[in-house]
Amino acid sequence: MSFDVDVTRRLGDSEIACRFAAADGLTVLFGPSGAGKTSVLNMIAGLLRPDAGHVRVAGETLFDAGAGVDLPPERRGAGYVFQEPRLFPHLRVRANLLYGAPSDDRLAETIALLDIAGLLDRWPRSLSGGEARRVAIGRALLAEPRFLLLDEPLSSLDRARREEIMGLIERLRDGVGLPILMVTHDAAEAERLGTRIVSL
Amino acid sequence: MLSAEEWGIVGLSLKVGLVAMLATLPVAFALAYLLARGRFPGKLLVDAVIHLPLVVPPVVTGWVLLLAFAPAGPIGSWLQGWFGVSVLFRWSGAAIAAGVMALPLMVRAIRLSIEAVDRRLEGAARTLGAGRWRVFATITLPLSLPGILAGAVLGFARGLGEFGATITFVSNVPGETRTLPLAIYAALQTPGGDALVWRLSAISVALSLAALIGSELLARRAGRGLHVL
Repeated sequence: MSFDVDVTRRLGDSEIACRFAAADGLTVLFGPSGAGKTSVLNMIAGLLRPDAGHVRVAGETLFDAGAGVDLPPERRGAGYVFQEPRLFPHLRVRANLLYGAPSDDRLAETIALLDIAGLLDRWPRSLSGGEARRVAIGRALLAEPRFLLLDEPLSSLDRARREEIMGLIERLRDGVGLPILMVTHDAAEAERLGTRIVSL
Repeated sequence: MLSAEEWGIVGLSLKVGLVAMLATLPVAFALAYLLARGRFPGKLLVDAVIHLPLVVPPVVTGWVLLLAFAPAGPIGSWLQGWFGVSVLFRWSGAAIAAGVMALPLMVRAIRLSIEAVDRRLEGAARTLGAGRWRVFATITLPLSLPGILAGAVLGFARGLGEFGATITFVSNVPGETRTLPLAIYAALQTPGGDALVWRLSAISVALSLAALIGSELLARRAGRGLHVL
């Protein structure tokens, strides 16, 4: 099992409950806005603590309320691409890319994959939405994650950029071999990219 | 323009203000971080106590310092016993008074800048493998740096102008604790001291103005460009 997730969490008046198990490939977490999809990703990444349940990814237990396991986010190995790029504003693109990287061995390869060679010396605030999204994906990949979490990676992009990022996600899905969990509220995206779809 | 004695006063003031600021900065940062991020019972009380020097009559602050640092006082006896030193009537005492009076202003400025740091960036750094300390050193600290510098400059300016607590705590000793405000006060009480009062006052205003403008420029830098999206 790539993802074995069973979590509940109370946030204000709403209760988020999510349970699924998925094999390799790209799993789409599909549901309307406000269903708590991002909260589920945060619980898997360790940024939000579930009230109960467990999170296992690629055979490793990241969280288990019953067994008292709760790995801190830095030890979970999540490659998390947030809905907004969340690039570090005080670091240039190169330093952003290498923030979590054990070495710069894979920098050239990742830059080529994402077509961001021209951006390395730029500041994040000068990037367009599509450029920032690609840098954020590159930063997550260079940290050599054990799995990828993509939160609405295609939102707020124009059509050409969407197509480009979609192609990139397909390459990641088919090439890199990392388990991927992607959140979207767009049925066509889910249909095209998902190996399987989990509705929330 | 200025006599050697007057240059001495300016130099002493800058020394007292600078030492007070540098010594207070780590304390102010720790308290600001605690108030910005900590959740603990009695936080409101801690916040209020830090702000006391801002509202209590400075003469009271000076008197409390005198009690604490007197040879028989809790801190004074400790300093005497371990290091054989006393800060009474010394420039170091003036720096302590200036530091205590500057503390609330510095804590306020630094706290605001820490609260302005986007915590989602810290979360992103954690997922990239950075532990708490690395996140603090590489994300939180640099992003709040302009505010920290602005707070430091503001604290320095406040220390330069410190009068009431200083004169109560360490008296008005020429060449040792007679900083700009105390020298102005002494000159005011000396027949024929008007010219000196004018000159020292002009210097005080110029230094304060420069510090305030510097602080404002740094604070603006903090507000500009450093936010995501």
